[in-house]
Amino acid sequence: MSNRLAGCLLLLAISPAATAADYVAIPAGRFVSALAIDGSASRIAIKPFTMRAEPVTNAEYLTFVSKYPQWQRGRVSPLFAGPQYLAAWQGPLILGAAAQQQPVTNVSWFAARAFCANEHARLPSWYEWEYVSAADGTHRDARQDQARNQTLLSAILASNGERPGVIGQHHANFYGLRDLNQLLWEWTGDYAAMFPNADSRVAGGGALLALCGGSALAFEDKNQYALMMRVAALTALKPADDAPRVGFRCVRDLPGK
Amino acid sequence: MRFPLHVLLLMGLVLAPPLAFASPPAATPLPKDSIYGIPTLILRDQQNDVFSFASLRGEPRLVGMFYGSCKMACPLEIETLKRIEHAIAQKRPIPVLLVTFDPTVDDVAMLRQVADEHHVQTPQFRLARPEEGDEGMLAGVLGIAYRPLLSGGFSHNVVVALLDAEGRVIATTDASGAPDPAFVRAIVDLEAKR
Repeated sequence: MSNRLAGCLLLLAISPAATAADYVAIPAGRFVSALAIDGSASRIAIKPFTMRAEPVTNAEYLTFVSKYPQWQRGRVSPLFAGPQYLAAWQGPLILGAAAQQQPVTNVSWFAARAFCANEHARLPSWYEWEYVSAADGTHRDARQDQARNQTLLSAILASNGERPGVIGQHHANFYGLRDLNQLLWEWTGDYAAMFPNADSRVAGGGALLALCGGSALAFEDKNQYALMMRVAALTALKPADDAPRVGFRCVRDLPGK
Repeated sequence: MRFPLHVLLLMGLVLAPPLAFASPPAATPLPKDSIYGIPTLILRDQQNDVFSFASLRGEPRLVGMFYGSCKMACPLEIETLKRIEHAIAQKRPIPVLLVTFDPTVDDVAMLRQVADEHHVQTPQFRLARPEEGDEGMLAGVLGIAYRPLLSGGFSHNVVVALLDAEGRVIATTDASGAPDPAFVRAIVDLEAKR
């Protein structure tokens, strides 16, 4: 079948409600990841996609769980979420002290994935997230700006594990995205596969054989301490885990790309 | 590229009506820790049969993931599962389902080719591709992670889970050669309880 025909049909299939959130277009590009998980200085090709301008908020997540009771606190399968799931909320359908415009946190990877699927979207890959987070207000890649790097690191070190504040308090970056680097940490769809040999379930002599492509942790760009802390924190989580500062945003593929 | 089921239906690519996927009414609700509780996942096997993952509830089963062009870990996974079947040969064979995480490449022809290469047949040994739904959810509950590599192929781990009839994970193995005795024993014990 032709991709163009398929793309047209796909557009027709998306309901108007699915476009309610603000997604911004991210152009294609190539960049060198700060991680050397695919070999030293590999140039990563990013296909164009669209991304939520801001992280998913408590208010948005409340709408989701109101519609899908199987994702409510107290009802969700223990396979998908732990006892701290949505812990900041007063009740399964009551935010209480949690602000509507705070990013939703204490959500598992499963829950984030289900939320995005519900709006015909998915979680970004690590490379997609890293690609857009490299920008500052005016440059696509500001990673060599030492003052910027220090600011991001200070923000992470100052966060101390408390819940993030409300979204949209910082300037949008080059792409029109907000709150990528300072407010919270975000799930990526492939986070668990960045270092799959770290999985205890493939420990022992079988570990090498269990991998078609092995990878070892190595940071190519030693200036990216803040990014390093994010990777370390994310890869320590299991997909049903959650944390007070880990939220998410969704992305969409562009039809036919 | 993947399409929602209704798009495939529009295009006339799916012959079976959606109602065919509905599971028969269950006598008891699904246990909360059953992996059949993942969001609806529609699969197509090497014989072109379309079925929902949740419809497999009812008997113990081995479930894992793979991809067809995998040169090392996945062929080893399939051969290890055959050896596990051999190790429990005095009992009835336990059905196997392996779902590809590379559906853009692994069409039915590819599934059939892999099945032929390893001399495995339905209904006992099913290789399947996701048609609709999120196979990433299945990977998550099985503890499987994968990521495409720049050079082609995937970085991934191997986990095969023994599910009881209700879809609870009883034991897992990395299926990397010699059958894990504890895993074989778990299968035999589960059969003995039925």
